[in-house]
Amino acid sequence: MLVGSGPGGLQLSYSLSRLGIDHAVLSDDAAPGGMFRRWPVFQRMLSWTKPFTGVPRTSRAYERYDWNSLIPEEDAQRAVMPALMDGTSYFPSRPEMQKGLETFAERTGIRVRYGCHWESTKAIPARASGGAQGGGQDFILTTSDGDYRAPVVVFAVGVAHPYRPPIPGLDQVPHYGDFRPVESYKDHRVFIVGKQNSGFEIATGLLPWARQLVLASPGATKLSVNTRTLVGVRARYVQPYEDAAVAGGVIILDTTIEEVRREGAGFIVRTRNATDGRELSMAVDDVIAATGFVSPLRDLPALGVATFGQSHLPAQTPFWESATVPGIFFAGTLNQGSPGLKKHGIPSNSGAVQGYRYNARVLARHLAETRFGVRIPRPQLQPAETVRFLLNELSHGPELWHQRSYLARVVHLDRDRGISDEGILPLSYFIDAGGPDAVAVALESNGQGDPYPAVYLRKNGVVSERLLPAHPLLDFTDAEYQRQLGGILDPALSPSPSPA
Amino acid sequence: MAVRDDVVNTIAAFSLFADLNGPQLEEVAHLFDETFFGEGERILRQGVSGSGFYIILEGTAAIRVNGVDRSSLKAGDYFGEISCLLGEVPVADIVAATPLRCLVLPGGQLEGFLTAHPKVMYRLLQGEARKLKNTTKWLS
Repeated sequence: MLVGSGPGGLQLSYSLSRLGIDHAVLSDDAAPGGMFRRWPVFQRMLSWTKPFTGVPRTSRAYERYDWNSLIPEEDAQRAVMPALMDGTSYFPSRPEMQKGLETFAERTGIRVRYGCHWESTKAIPARASGGAQGGGQDFILTTSDGDYRAPVVVFAVGVAHPYRPPIPGLDQVPHYGDFRPVESYKDHRVFIVGKQNSGFEIATGLLPWARQLVLASPGATKLSVNTRTLVGVRARYVQPYEDAAVAGGVIILDTTIEEVRREGAGFIVRTRNATDGRELSMAVDDVIAATGFVSPLRDLPALGVATFGQSHLPAQTPFWESATVPGIFFAGTLNQGSPGLKKHGIPSNSGAVQGYRYNARVLARHLAETRFGVRIPRPQLQPAETVRFLLNELSHGPELWHQRSYLARVVHLDRDRGISDEGILPLSYFIDAGGPDAVAVALESNGQGDPYPAVYLRKNGVVSERLLPAHPLLDFTDAEYQRQLGGILDPALSPSPSPA
Repeated sequence: MAVRDDVVNTIAAFSLFADLNGPQLEEVAHLFDETFFGEGERILRQGVSGSGFYIILEGTAAIRVNGVDRSSLKAGDYFGEISCLLGEVPVADIVAATPLRCLVLPGGQLEGFLTAHPKVMYRLLQGEARKLKNTTKWLS
């Protein structure tokens, strides 16, 4: 069973079907697309699809530049998004994104029971025979269309339920999702609670309309161009920040918000600075809570699904299974609940399409092999080509580029059975799970310079980490990289000593 | 703003933050991120770079050196500071002995956080002094 028809649900359904895994998809919505049927409020995506790249759109390598298309296995189905964008921006409009998801679903024949509302969930002992292996319990989903029973349930229900922190009076103000037509803010003083992308998106859209904009939250504003990651306000929405920096009229405050109180047709907002304790009181016409979203997990916590963080994300294993209730899995943006190594504090891109589309493909393989008895063949590699193969993946493999320090290309180095490409696996799983002699390569970033390759060699069950240098042109295929990676793999790749 | 609403109340009781007032605790809660590990999962990995400074909110963890459990950690305890302060890879695994909820600060942000909060730095130093004392006792 799979619940949800946003990009995460669609990708997983497609990937499961390709592996021959029977499943049903239920969705509360009327059509594919999930949150992109409504948001972002200013109707343009934050993630790009670059039309001209020097690599064919029908190649896997093109996925590195196209953050918005779902990922098929056949070349002909690739790159849905650039074909339907109007060329005025490399950020698709929201309607273009919706159309892209609908087109993918239609072309690949994804079947969804739309308008079916998931109401409640329960776990019961598994049937004695038949069905999937290894579960121990089955789940019954009660829906508006009756009960569904399955040994494995995947929830791809997004993080789309509005969240407001417990600030007195904040419950009376509209949330990001309640944003009115922009003209209705004409000549207003607008106070935005929250300094993440949603707050800055609204501020950007209101620049030509509002009389004054105040953005406030306790933490300092981070910018993606400074963090060199997708953490922080994206360049698209930095204009209000520049306006504040040159004292043009936008005010950005690092304060706690003590209280929001209605006064006449507007509000009084009281703030307090954490460092000097200074209190401010501001009269404004509108307050908008751009304070994020929580995952709509309904009764799953009562079933034992542990959640954490402000978004109440379900805690997950490296293969996106509930950390506390086996058999319940997650796809789509909920995959943020499986943080991986999070090296240098940098999160994976599992919150965004370009990241979780790969998680879904990996999850489909994992479910097929561990729950449904499918064995996916592993391509064999020759010792002489292994180094080049890995360096090519590091330079061009879209999974490694989009999911740094998170997904890795894994190759088993078995002296007797040969060298096999195990495909893409979660890096933390490779490091922690043990197994035969093998190598995993990943791209990594440390928030300062360019990304660089990381090599994890597992020998006799012990994993050692080796970091290779960055390259200013982001190409890791030259002779120097061949020499370095060859040196790391040499002990594992050289032929076994002949028996005495 | 990535932590649950109850975090400020939880950390108010931790000795590391005993000298901070309400808004300062809220600032800490916003600076750190919250994370969760299932039983048996590794949080720090011996020899793997890029780790952070962790404070346990709920649950217990084991300090494991070369596969042998040496000690355990509980709510209010912290770990990872040694590799952050020295800029080196961890010399021990930290493994969740129960489901474990933590706050985490990336290693590169620890210096800025401590210098901005000298009272927390002093409390952390006291903690390091206690660890050193215990190690000295253990060795003698």
